[in-house]
Amino acid sequence: MTDTAIRATDIDPILADHIARPGPLLPILHAVQQAFGFIPEIAITRIAEALNLGRAEVHGVVSFYHDFRSTPGSAHVLRICRAEACQAQGAVALEEFARARLDAGSDGQAAAEGMAVEAVYCLGLCACGPAVQLDGVLHGRVDSARLDRLLAELGR
Amino acid sequence: MRVYVPGDAAARALGADAVAAAIAAEAAARGETVEIVRNGSRGMIWLEPLVEVETEAGRTGFGPVAAPDVPGLFACDFNGGPLALGPVEDIPFFARQTRLTFARCGLIDPLSLAEYEAQGGLTGLRRALTMSAADIVTEITESGLRGRGGAGFPTGIKWNTVRQAEAAQKYVVCNADEGDSGNFADRMLIEGDPFCLIEGMMIAGLATGADTGFVYLRSEYPDAIRVLQRAVALARDAGLLGTDVLGSGRAFEIDIRIGAGAYVCGEETALLNSLEGKRGVVRAKPPLPALQGAFGQPTVINNVITLATVPVILDRGAAFYRDFGLGRSRGTIPVQVAGNVKQGGLFEIGFGLPLGELVTQIGGGTASGRPVKAVQVGGPLGAYFAPDQFDITLGYEEFDGAGGLIGHAGLVVFDDSADMGALARFAMEFCAIESCGKCTPCRIGAQRGVETIDRIRAGDSAAIPLLTDLCDTMKNGSLCALGGFTPYPVLSALRIAPEDFTRTDEAAE
Repeated sequence: MTDTAIRATDIDPILADHIARPGPLLPILHAVQQAFGFIPEIAITRIAEALNLGRAEVHGVVSFYHDFRSTPGSAHVLRICRAEACQAQGAVALEEFARARLDAGSDGQAAAEGMAVEAVYCLGLCACGPAVQLDGVLHGRVDSARLDRLLAELGR
Repeated sequence: MRVYVPGDAAARALGADAVAAAIAAEAAARGETVEIVRNGSRGMIWLEPLVEVETEAGRTGFGPVAAPDVPGLFACDFNGGPLALGPVEDIPFFARQTRLTFARCGLIDPLSLAEYEAQGGLTGLRRALTMSAADIVTEITESGLRGRGGAGFPTGIKWNTVRQAEAAQKYVVCNADEGDSGNFADRMLIEGDPFCLIEGMMIAGLATGADTGFVYLRSEYPDAIRVLQRAVALARDAGLLGTDVLGSGRAFEIDIRIGAGAYVCGEETALLNSLEGKRGVVRAKPPLPALQGAFGQPTVINNVITLATVPVILDRGAAFYRDFGLGRSRGTIPVQVAGNVKQGGLFEIGFGLPLGELVTQIGGGTASGRPVKAVQVGGPLGAYFAPDQFDITLGYEEFDGAGGLIGHAGLVVFDDSADMGALARFAMEFCAIESCGKCTPCRIGAQRGVETIDRIRAGDSAAIPLLTDLCDTMKNGSLCALGGFTPYPVLSALRIAPEDFTRTDEAAE
């Protein structure tokens, strides 16, 4: 869904679900991102009105957290754990392999069409690293051969 | 036949779902009736997926099982074969443990309240319901329980401050924002025994006069989120949570909040801001969260493992728990052995084991078979220890005295291929990425730290005193542990392997 296709009234059912909870902003933002894949500008305006906050305040929260995105994401997301326990098991080499395999730049943005490569800091799979999360599914003990197979299964 | 296939995230990441599907398919093909239970993990991650079957002699295990192994398990009638591990609780890694907090993890169906009760669950809560708030706090204080999130603050003292605070509304907040690399005890506990955390939070509520709990759970743990949401719903349906807890007339409700990928929200005041819907910026203390915490109200904020240890203390008594441990570190600690290690997993034991024993005997040394170069203890803000420091015993004061911290008791093992200069740089880089930006030593210092380490590694050894000076500023001038403890991994890496800081890029290739 593109930004322009989303109307302010599309946000209202989400607001209604959460607005009575104490500290409702993060649950609302999660629900908006779940529904639209990102946090559209128009949602920020609507949420700010509903919560009696400034738009800048809502924008400040959206931009603080790594999970929230202001633009639509890729169809596929490969998150590679960069934390120490996975580094001890070869995560740096795995990340280099993935970027080369997918022709992605170090920021992941130049990724092949429809596939983003992102860093994540710990998936809690520290005793079976290196770990990756591909389209939400966790994989442990991932070497380059296994990652190659996982990407091939996606037609990559 | 009852077969256990862990539903724990680590087991699933290693193929447990495919194994469970293969077992169901093979049973159907053979016309056999098999009940598959998705238990938590026993913590022996190198054996996952670890399949167990119930036999007359107890539960016997097979692992690590892959889906193609399943027909073979049926062919030998789940008796013997190359993957057979024998009785699971006799495996040396498991048999050596003292499982108090993790007693039920891996044993029961995590979402069966009946099995939870059959294995001692709710006994602590039922006892707490008959006690005064002051008596519950006394029991916790006398048990010697300290915060398992890393700071090691005595839990009973924190609870007493909240208990004595005058307010119409108080809260219990569970810090489940386990972002530290090498640490997965919170995740395992929530996925394997969620009612234990719920019970612990309810007892904290009784002890302090709070009727509402929040669990702040990180978004990187999708399985833990799913299991805990289901467990809270089941507890509500069973009348455990709600307006009349087990018919006592007391109320307690739990709201689960999902984090959004900010490491600093594991810091308690940043977590409270995030819970309130703000940027996860650290607050200055005082005021203490115990007096002005969530939404400005008196708040107990504890880590998952701290709260999940409360039920066994109320059940077995303070003296029972206090008898385990060493010095001022009482009770047990779930050690997580991770990184480049042969036998990685969760090992719960009384405080006091030497670090080296955990790495070389319990963990079995490195997975690569190469010598150990360093072990990082306590997450990304913890110090690196070299094998010449392996006689340090596991305890809060012992690690503090050795220039480190026990943190959440995660050990990350590195072999001799590790580049300590690169790891020190990573520590600064991580701090720069995750800094909340409130205080200058952390926000600017971490960025300058990356640059200074780059200068040193480019051959400018005159920058080494600059780095140590910068670390001193960060350590003493930062508002919270993120900026304040980042110098631990940096300076310990420099101590262990100064040569890794001076080698050129060519030499590193």
